[in-house]
Amino acid sequence: MENALLYIAGGLMLGIGAAGAAVGIGILAARFIEGIARQPEMLGMLRTQFFIMMGLVDALPIIAIAIGLYVLFAVVGG
Amino acid sequence: MAAEEQLTSTGYIQHHLQNLTFGMHPEHGLGIAHGAQEAKDMGFWAIHLDTMFWSIFLGGLFLWVFRKAARTVSSDVPSGFQNFIEVVIEFIDNNCRETFTSKNNLVAPIALTLFVWILLQNVMDLVPVDWIPSLAGLIGIPYMKVVPTTDPNATFGMSLSVFALMIYYSIKVKGAGGFFGELAFQPFPKWMFPVNLFLEGISLISKPVSLSLRLFGNLYAGEMIFILIALMYSGGFFFGVFGGALQWAWAMFHLLIVLLQAFIFMILTIVYLDMAHQHH
Repeated sequence: MENALLYIAGGLMLGIGAAGAAVGIGILAARFIEGIARQPEMLGMLRTQFFIMMGLVDALPIIAIAIGLYVLFAVVGG
Repeated sequence: MAAEEQLTSTGYIQHHLQNLTFGMHPEHGLGIAHGAQEAKDMGFWAIHLDTMFWSIFLGGLFLWVFRKAARTVSSDVPSGFQNFIEVVIEFIDNNCRETFTSKNNLVAPIALTLFVWILLQNVMDLVPVDWIPSLAGLIGIPYMKVVPTTDPNATFGMSLSVFALMIYYSIKVKGAGGFFGELAFQPFPKWMFPVNLFLEGISLISKPVSLSLRLFGNLYAGEMIFILIALMYSGGFFFGVFGGALQWAWAMFHLLIVLLQAFIFMILTIVYLDMAHQHH
């Protein structure tokens, strides 16, 4: 029974983290492409900033993935 | 891997996620833990020997390489090695110039150290999962995690040091009263200072915590996926080959993550130190 709850917990962590990351990076990418469309010569600079921002937006969802995977694989068995 | 236990998937994963812990066990005394439960029983003051060894070794390697480059510098005929080191230094220099607006001679060396050291530690994640722990097992070391940044102790150590520097420079540039004023008297009017303190306090504490956990989370998730794909090697020939291909693909992606996370740690450190130097 507790294993079932752990599986559900792991699944929720992975799923909701993924949803948050997808929405955030989707909005960021949309603005990035918009910026390129307005000023194609700024492509290099915008790309650098895009990756920096992506690292920040991705941070909490990736922590959620790390903890979710840990729960699913290391806590469930033992 | 341990010969006594039956090797299950969960056992393999848990074995690879366990650090080499040295501490005072309530029953067995001072020694190395032989299992996750023993490691937990050792309490807060137990030391992860593998994290300490690899992070200090890689730090020493970084210092040795850069010192060697500095010693053999030549303006007429720069060697390829010297060019490479110069590219790295110019990269850090440009980032510092663009982001840091005050005058402080310590910021660029801090940025260089953080970037190269974290990059070296992260790159250890690309070594195939079983190689180094198997070699260590041959000489009797039960557990070995080679990536120091998958240990939250290491990442918190770095980010708390950055936090200490932030507070030191804030008080040095703005004075203790100015620093407290910045926390207590904005953004709301002065008489609402408990609210201000609460908001600004959370914002202040979230900086080192998020800095450390961002690096830890990314590297831990990457290492976890490497271990999970490595499980495929025990499933016969086809699974083995497929697992090899998957490891390769994930390693390509992880290389980007590794570089990016080192870069983000460095940039955020420069930004926080810049904020500590700002008057307004």
